[in-house]
Amino acid sequence: MSILVNRETRVICQGITGSAGSFHTQRALEYGTQVVGGVTPGKGGSQVLGLPVFDTVQQAVRETGANASVIFVPAAFAADAILEAADAGLDLVVCITEGIPVLDMVKVKRFLLDKKTRLIGPNGPGIITPDECKIGIMPGYIHTPGKIGLISRSGTLTYEAVDQLTKRGLGQSTCIGIGGDPVNGLSFVDVLALFEEDPDTDAVVLIGEIGGTAEEDAAAFVREKMTKPIVAFIAGRTAPKGKRMGHAGAIISGGKGTAAEKVTALKDAGIWIAESPATIGQTMQQCLAQN
Amino acid sequence: MNIHEYQAKSILRSHGMMVPPGEVAETPDEAVQIARNLKQFPVVIKAQIHAGGRGKGGGILLAQDLDQVRSAADRILGMQLITHQTGPEGKLVRKVLVEAAFEIEREFYLGVALDRASSRIVVMASAEGGVEIEEVAAQTPEKILRETVDPAIGLQAFQARKLAYGLGIPNELIRDAVRMILTLYETFVTCDCSLAEINPLVLTKNNQLLALDAKLNFDDNALSRQKQIAGMRDVAEEDPRELEASENGLSYVSLDGNIGCMVNGAGLAMATMDLIKLHGGEPANFLDVGGGASAEQVTKAFHIILADPKIQAILVNIFGGIMKCDVIAAGILEAAGQTRIPVPLVVRLEGTNVELGRKLLAESDLDIIAVEGLAEAAQKAVDAARGGPV
Repeated sequence: MSILVNRETRVICQGITGSAGSFHTQRALEYGTQVVGGVTPGKGGSQVLGLPVFDTVQQAVRETGANASVIFVPAAFAADAILEAADAGLDLVVCITEGIPVLDMVKVKRFLLDKKTRLIGPNGPGIITPDECKIGIMPGYIHTPGKIGLISRSGTLTYEAVDQLTKRGLGQSTCIGIGGDPVNGLSFVDVLALFEEDPDTDAVVLIGEIGGTAEEDAAAFVREKMTKPIVAFIAGRTAPKGKRMGHAGAIISGGKGTAAEKVTALKDAGIWIAESPATIGQTMQQCLAQN
Repeated sequence: MNIHEYQAKSILRSHGMMVPPGEVAETPDEAVQIARNLKQFPVVIKAQIHAGGRGKGGGILLAQDLDQVRSAADRILGMQLITHQTGPEGKLVRKVLVEAAFEIEREFYLGVALDRASSRIVVMASAEGGVEIEEVAAQTPEKILRETVDPAIGLQAFQARKLAYGLGIPNELIRDAVRMILTLYETFVTCDCSLAEINPLVLTKNNQLLALDAKLNFDDNALSRQKQIAGMRDVAEEDPRELEASENGLSYVSLDGNIGCMVNGAGLAMATMDLIKLHGGEPANFLDVGGGASAEQVTKAFHIILADPKIQAILVNIFGGIMKCDVIAAGILEAAGQTRIPVPLVVRLEGTNVELGRKLLAESDLDIIAVEGLAEAAQKAVDAARGGPV
């Protein structure tokens, strides 16, 4: 098993006719993901990579039975694409797009409140259940099936961690990049709760970074609800105050959101801390040996 | 993006906010002309830089007549103003705001910001105005009143009233205060602000509410739909290397150390800086070349890193995902060949086509220290920066 996606997941791509959309749809198909169609307003009736293209998500869902979508549309239109996917009743929406205005995401979050749709992202690599379903831009081959769940706010740092796990023979149940923006869909806490319930996840790697309080919230949740062991790494110990470190969400503002505060909160919740980004896999191995 | 106080006040004024009359000047002559037009004294001369704490640094002066206006403007314009936010080198003052001064009865704080925890906009008010609101928040959080806004309906009048009464605004001025609060929120939303602050909002001795100082920051992601605001960007206020980077699609932040970093991805870039520190070195910068860095961008990145005179070594750390390592290696070789890199260059590649990429680096006649492990890469860069053997 796994969380959120598996070999049954039927995916459509919003923005499939764009270069990023078609490129990553091809990679997903090669990986074995069930991509069943795409959506680009105005291009309905055409085909991309042998897949049918629809004008609206609603049509795509009706014709293909899709239950998940991945969004590659430009930032100015991405929030609207998320709303459309939620309106069409999809279970899962994965938004890869970077640079969505934050006030658009504030409205999206409000709209999602009474919908069943779960949002991953935006501004993240996506989600993968190794050898079953890849929705996003991560390189599939570094993953291997197994029992470690992984959640992260980052992209390439996630690949680094996955690579370390795989090279140490620690396969993954599901890996999720929740995105680097200040307002996003699923939180660390949401995903931790899913991993806690998943019988095929034995332990979790959590990769956080400076800014916000998502890691502190995760620590509080772990302390109260989580039984499975967790290894965490927090990026940005050397980051200065008040500077946005690439991700819109990675900023220490008002003296809050420092790596030191987050590490303390995580340690207090009994979470193992990888002090170096080079020892995430090693720390997980030590953690498993003790549990 | 940040803008100057005078720009923030002009935006707020256009939305109906009560701000003191005044204009911006670039010379003492202009300052005198503005003061003359104001037809009232005293006036205040305020340095316009992108940093707080200007008063303590001598960047805000009061003038009782035109001669004093001239000498104050003369003193402030061209000064290297040092505040707790500028760093020890200070910032050159190129403009001053000349505006009517008022006798102050009370000072309040008013702010609008994103509350990440609730994913909603929050309006904050405090009777402890004029001071650093962050200190108030840290030491006496109960002194900050907060109203969270439902994005479906926006800030409501009753919420603004709760804040206004909570501040202890005199009864006859409640309507004005409510209007100011609603205006600040409306400005925040229509202009895609990331922060909108009036600090202080003052009650004057003649019983008037005024936005005495104002600060607006904007969401960089929204600038493409805020053309007028994007046009207010003052590039002279920005770090030239950070500016050059952003113009080339690179994300760069200058730091104090001597090891230049070039990494793909923001999280990995931060982690690489941390790793350098962990191995006893100091990173000179954060630099994210993005997911699909081209040879051209890598060249630009080297150029920006090398423009920093502190650089003693460069560490390139790339995890090739969709972007293949051999393509990146070719880009590095091309860039390194063109740029002539005068310091040791440590390159660590991992990910897609890594063998091909490493082979390219090994076969090149350029002086590159190629390493495989992440920790090893940081150690080599630290050693190289110290001038020792690597």
